[in-house]
Amino acid sequence: MRPEISEYNYQASPFFMDGDAKPMKKHGGVEHQMSGRIIADKTVKYILFISAILSIVIVLAIAFFIFQESLQAWAEIGLSDILFKAVWRPGQDQYGILAMIVGSVAVTFGAILLGVPLAIGSAIFLGEIAPKSVQSVLRPAVQLLAGIPSVVYGLFGMVVLVPLIRQVNVPGNSGYGLLAASIVLAVMILPTITSVAEDAIRAVPDGYRSGSLALGATKWQTITRVVLPAGKSGIMAAIILGVGRALGETMAMIMVIGNSVVFPKPLAANPLTFFFSQARTLTGNIAVEISYATGVHESALFATGVVLFALIIIVNASARWLINRQSSIQTTRQG
Amino acid sequence: MISENLHTVQHNDPATLRNLKLRTTYQNVWFSIMWLAGVITLLVLLLVLGYVIIQGGKTLNWEFLTTPPRGGLSGEGGISTTLGTSLYLVSLTLLVATPLGVGAAIYLIEYAGEQSLTSPVLRALISIANFSVETLAGIPSIIYGLFGYALFVSTLQFGWSLLSASLAAACLVLPTIIRTTEEALLTVPDDYRRGSLALGATKWQTLYKVVLPASLPGIITGIILSVGRIISETAVFFVTLGGSHRLPSSIMDGGRTLALHLYYLAMDTNAFDKAMGTGAVLIILIVLINLVIDIISRKLTAKVRGG
Repeated sequence: MRPEISEYNYQASPFFMDGDAKPMKKHGGVEHQMSGRIIADKTVKYILFISAILSIVIVLAIAFFIFQESLQAWAEIGLSDILFKAVWRPGQDQYGILAMIVGSVAVTFGAILLGVPLAIGSAIFLGEIAPKSVQSVLRPAVQLLAGIPSVVYGLFGMVVLVPLIRQVNVPGNSGYGLLAASIVLAVMILPTITSVAEDAIRAVPDGYRSGSLALGATKWQTITRVVLPAGKSGIMAAIILGVGRALGETMAMIMVIGNSVVFPKPLAANPLTFFFSQARTLTGNIAVEISYATGVHESALFATGVVLFALIIIVNASARWLINRQSSIQTTRQG
Repeated sequence: MISENLHTVQHNDPATLRNLKLRTTYQNVWFSIMWLAGVITLLVLLLVLGYVIIQGGKTLNWEFLTTPPRGGLSGEGGISTTLGTSLYLVSLTLLVATPLGVGAAIYLIEYAGEQSLTSPVLRALISIANFSVETLAGIPSIIYGLFGYALFVSTLQFGWSLLSASLAAACLVLPTIIRTTEEALLTVPDDYRRGSLALGATKWQTLYKVVLPASLPGIITGIILSVGRIISETAVFFVTLGGSHRLPSSIMDGGRTLALHLYYLAMDTNAFDKAMGTGAVLIILIVLINLVIDIISRKLTAKVRGG
């Protein structure tokens, strides 16, 4: 990362060769002290190297342990029965997680639907429109929104949103369900998307804006036709990172989604009543049952974890790919 | 800035004028919508914060903070032991994660670019390490919980304990500490390093006596951020910490953190007033943490500008 530093690396300099050169032979004391320092220097380097490698070890260990614990489930229940069957009844040895996959996807979709317009709007506002004084209030606010514990959002959902949603007259509507969960989740992914999208907008070179304005475009035309297209990949990455966060959220979802293992479907003829349906997420399935599960049941929960892990890795990898593309586009254009 | 001056440009052609007027109206409408988005975001924050603090404020008093929860399904009592458990857990987790995270960051920034590093295997390892840190940052906390459960709780037989929970949480905050430390190291001017090396210091002496002190505020910011994450975290501890309402007497004992206590209060006992009180305490802690980080980063930017 910093190749220029290495020019100053003492090891490259003849005065500091610790092996055969012995540059300061006449001053025994200095030489002694020097080799002590150099030994310390090398030891530290190896220790630091080990801590740098540790994150690789942790990623591998996470993948290994979760996969290994899930092996029994894959072997005894089978891949297709786990992934494509909707019935989860541990008492009767039925471990299909399709209902949970649908639950996770539906609630993520709802959160994106509600959260993305608001988040992108806030990002454009922060990056292009807001006066400095407003920025200095809104930016810390977004940061704070990101820091609030998920259980607090969950509690807010239980106490405020759920009774409100219960008022809607739909048969079987308990207030708990996809709608409450989507709203809570939309608020939770709002700061992630806003801050990453704002970064993408700010990364667009100022020359683009001046060029557009000089051609007589209004500020809004410049934003929609120049800035947003130029920051497109970064903004997409922000949304995808939001999807990743939404898929991974656990506690707040358990608190407001109802947790019953049903395949979410409309409660009445109106398809919109789908969102009043209760559901369970992949994350919730793991958290709720892991503490008492044993045997195949436990293994099936780890299999749920493997599915979640795989989904997240795919989502995050595509976000990273988009971010890299964004920065490479900008460097080529600028260069 | 230029667009504001557009209005003063003289246009003689009425069609152009009309077009400009239309475009300006269009812009005003959309700008109002963007303002609205910003205002809604702010209102959401105020609504959640305000509601929890006002509702929670009713239960919040000295007694609530200093009496232990009675446990069981009653939801009676205060939150003293959960405050203690949170404190234990934060200290223990940071004790493990800080040296590892800071060490990894130092290696990745200060050593990974060395000329002497010609080995392709080593270079590959370093890029995999960078990739791993990114991956760790994206893994959801319940996966860390599941991992902690499989490795520390079951395989290593640590059981539901402070030890299992803090080791799992250390993995969770490691990427935060690594990334913030890396950023802090990158802000230290290269001249500092050159100056020290030119005086005959070894690389480690340079790092220890020059670079690390200069990047200390940034590193501390990372540590405080991690404190916030551990205080807010629930999913990991839900599956690794057990959930006893008592204060753990050793690292092999289980317990419950503030956030976990809130969860149990809301879900198992429906003691929503107590849950709100706990939520208010959590929010106050998080606000304080954000304030401290804000102060440090303000000082940092002031120093960079001044120096």
